[in-house]
Amino acid sequence: MIDNGLPEGWELVVGLEVHVELATKTKLFSGSPNRFGDEPNTNIDPVTLGLPGALPVLNQHAVELAMRIGLALNCTVKPSTFHRKNYFYPDLSKAYQITQYDEPLNVDGFLMLPGGVRIGVERAHMEEDTGKSTHFGGAGGRIHGSDYSLIDFNRAGVPLVEIVSHPDVRTAEQARQYVNELRAILVAVGASDAKMEEGSMRCDANVSVRKYGAELGTRCEIKNVNSVRSLGKAIEYEARRQIDVLETGGTIRQETRHWDETDGRTHTLRAKVDANDYRYFLEPDLVMLAPDAEWVERVRAALPVLPAARRTNLAVLTGVDEDSEAIAVVVERGQDTYIEEVKNSGGDAGRALVWVQQSFAEEGNAPRLPAKDLAALTVLERDGKLTATQAKTVLGDMLEAGGGDPAAIAASKGFEALDTSVIEGFVDEGIAAQPDAWAKYCAGEEKAMGALVGTIMKLSKGKADGKVVTAILQQRRGS
Amino acid sequence: MSERLSAADVAKVARMARLNISAADVERYTQQLDGMLDHFADIDNLQLADVQPMTQPFTLVNVLRADVEQPCLDREEVLGAAPAAEQGRFRVPPSGGEDE
Amino acid sequence: MSNFSTATSIAHNVASGARSAASVVEEHLQRIGQREEEVHAFNLVTSAEARKRAADIDARIARGENVGPLAGVPIALKDNMCTRGVPTTCSSKILEGWKPPYNATVVDKLFAAGAVFVGKTNLDEFAMGSSTENSAFGPTRNPLDTSRVPGGSSGGSAAAVAAGFAAVSLGSDTGGSIRQPAALCGVVGVKPTYGLVSRYGLVAFASSLDQIGPFSHSVADAALLTEVIAGHDPMDSTSIPKPAPSLVSVLGRGVEGMRIGRVADLPEGADADVLARLDAAFVALEKAGATIVDVKLPSLSYALTAYYLIAPAEASSNLARYDGVRYGNRVAANDMNNMYADTRAAGFGDEVKRRIMLGTYALSAGYYDAYYGKALKVRRLISNDFAAAYANADVILTPTSPTVAFPFGAKTDDPLTMYLCDIFTIPTNLAGHPAMSVPFGTGQANMPVGVQILAPTLGEEAMFKVAAVLESAA
Repeated sequence: MIDNGLPEGWELVVGLEVHVELATKTKLFSGSPNRFGDEPNTNIDPVTLGLPGALPVLNQHAVELAMRIGLALNCTVKPSTFHRKNYFYPDLSKAYQITQYDEPLNVDGFLMLPGGVRIGVERAHMEEDTGKSTHFGGAGGRIHGSDYSLIDFNRAGVPLVEIVSHPDVRTAEQARQYVNELRAILVAVGASDAKMEEGSMRCDANVSVRKYGAELGTRCEIKNVNSVRSLGKAIEYEARRQIDVLETGGTIRQETRHWDETDGRTHTLRAKVDANDYRYFLEPDLVMLAPDAEWVERVRAALPVLPAARRTNLAVLTGVDEDSEAIAVVVERGQDTYIEEVKNSGGDAGRALVWVQQSFAEEGNAPRLPAKDLAALTVLERDGKLTATQAKTVLGDMLEAGGGDPAAIAASKGFEALDTSVIEGFVDEGIAAQPDAWAKYCAGEEKAMGALVGTIMKLSKGKADGKVVTAILQQRRGS
Repeated sequence: MSERLSAADVAKVARMARLNISAADVERYTQQLDGMLDHFADIDNLQLADVQPMTQPFTLVNVLRADVEQPCLDREEVLGAAPAAEQGRFRVPPSGGEDE
Repeated sequence: MSNFSTATSIAHNVASGARSAASVVEEHLQRIGQREEEVHAFNLVTSAEARKRAADIDARIARGENVGPLAGVPIALKDNMCTRGVPTTCSSKILEGWKPPYNATVVDKLFAAGAVFVGKTNLDEFAMGSSTENSAFGPTRNPLDTSRVPGGSSGGSAAAVAAGFAAVSLGSDTGGSIRQPAALCGVVGVKPTYGLVSRYGLVAFASSLDQIGPFSHSVADAALLTEVIAGHDPMDSTSIPKPAPSLVSVLGRGVEGMRIGRVADLPEGADADVLARLDAAFVALEKAGATIVDVKLPSLSYALTAYYLIAPAEASSNLARYDGVRYGNRVAANDMNNMYADTRAAGFGDEVKRRIMLGTYALSAGYYDAYYGKALKVRRLISNDFAAAYANADVILTPTSPTVAFPFGAKTDDPLTMYLCDIFTIPTNLAGHPAMSVPFGTGQANMPVGVQILAPTLGEEAMFKVAAVLESAA
């Protein structure tokens, strides 16, 4: 049984619906720009505004990006169609959204979470985004009780792919991992910048709970989650809420609930008079989208190595655990190929991973520092010519100068790794200065070693290699 | 009258279609639409199980456009034709709660 | 044929310098001045723009330029085609005053061909109707007898040509809206193959059925205009990716050896005078060397049902955008849904509301399969019937309209009676095939009768050959 943080006996069941804006130049069905942050209503054309007589024509690049997403998620690309989803809302210009309904482009895929959990992907289909409503007056810009709204159609018609998972997620942590991994994939394949803060990636969660072994419970759809952190919090809150309801004899009503970041709760929306009836029907203004095998294979062949495989490769290269933070961070930044170059230049990949994780946050996927220079630094370190502290100082200079010979820089700073016999002398002095700590350490109190090492390092003015000091102390204690 | 659909059905459909019609009009439309559906019952007895629906007359596949920017409409011209606009945007009354 | 000049002769004379475009326009504007008040063919007459364009064409011809195949030809456009900066109303209050910021593809093609645009013509609101009585701006009258309707929904475009207000015009045909008014006004009307003419900028009624086509005095003019407006348009995903057909060149070729289909199981409902003219048409074609063959179209009688479920369903969605947010008229209200419902109640006429409700119902949860879904299957049956019939026939002849032009108010009490006007024209829209109406003599009250020629997909050549023979035999 998995630890889901819920009261004993309760299982959490979550399915995720992720909307992602595609990184095209233009809209899904027309040639106005797909660009975030422009002046309101400047990226508009007859199709975007739903002017009488306007007709949609499908953006080929959007299809390619949607296929990349599907293939990266191990989906099958199938002949697909577009439907109209009819409903009235001021930011929906035609009063219908064009979306893929019963014949989506990508079906039956999966995504592996770090740690080997497999989350099924039911479908990844194409659809258009709506415009943006801003509510004014009333209770602080909320929909309810506002005085009026203003509509900007710049976002209307922006291509989206909606990725629908199976209800395979069992913990809030898995939900976070799923979204993080999905985002890494979307960025890697160039399909989207996938920024939740800017809304180019939006995540809804279908949450239900059940007793282990029971039938699936009634689910609630949680919307308005604006970060991966909030997603986890919203799922945890909602699961507890449902359990409270069920344990006090209540029933869960299937509904859409909004996550409120300020009070950390989900809230139900006012019940509707009529249930939504979207009157889906095939969009008569568009024709079937049926990529042939040749096109699908061309897209597949052009896919880059995906984050999971890159993490495995980097783990093998560096000897570091695949699920470690360092591996995740460096792959996400796209700096794994750089570490490969360091290794190919004769460097130590493990040490390079540490430095890149710590010091290359601003560098992007093509660091300015030549890989051979970092390689030389890691060799000095590995060979005991520089301590970690000294290496960090040297690296700082190298990064600032955009390169350099680490040995020369170290020499100019007077960094020389101390001879073991010299370090032995500092160890003697240190033990003499901290007799109590030494006694405790000898009695098996490992914490006491910190004080000893600190004193010895200070005596050596930081020139002693901490690892060597530790080894000498252990040796003298006889363990 | 065959009563294929009721006044309540018509009132619901009018609500769905966002048409504010009077009670008298609901009655009249109910009668007219019911008469039509009665006439349209001529297809009820056709054997259609194996017939593929036809949604478009001419079958085309993969009609696509290149991802190339085209000129946009002039915002002032467009907003000038709108019933209400301010701050470069279209102005509408509050939504009253129904949200997508 | 009437005594008015044809587009073909006008274009020839203007291009050769025998006549000025300006004088042609003045002649037509003069006729508009004389009879428009009585006929009400137009929602808007664009005299100033017409004069300016005619002067421009004359200037270009004086410079030796080739101004195109419609040089100086006055043309009227149904008021559901977008014209940049010129009001486009669909004869609906909801769009009254709206000026599109763009041109329909056909409008650009007409301008590029040298046509002179004289005005926007009246129609049944959003093209829903068969008499032009459903216009929010008052009905159009039949120029041949102003106590009678011109047909619809493109009644204004048919009347504009019949009255000599324009040499040719464009209409749109969703279930017969070009052919039926053409028949009732005694002019030629063509509905091309679905996808032959771009729908970009045509205000949608029923997207899978709508098609733009010409009205004219002569078959040759209709062929010329079809050539100009046809052809692939990348702005319309349903546009057929082929070049425009060559039609004028086939007109003299006759019908020798062609097989003309007579529908053995033609649905009942046509008046005797109309059927008499149809028989005469068969005789004329046989005399010209064609063979008459019997074809069966057993599903034809279900076409009306399929059409009146499919077209309103698509329309209910297409007309949902008229919500008072971005353009058109709004009725103010304190919240969004009341604003929508009041705006749409005030903006749409009775027939439009009826069809929106019918279509909404046909698509709604629990009824989709029984109505819309079933109608799509019937549509397939009709298409299959035609495919079988065209294995034995090159074209099929039927009446265009079951009656000649009827008096105002004759069919307004029961919507279904009006729907039956389209019984012979609807099937081709469902199949997506081309069809045209050619005047072929007169019936009751000396009113014109049209004969309808149906052809398979992209069968315009055969259709026009037959039309030309009927025209000369009429």
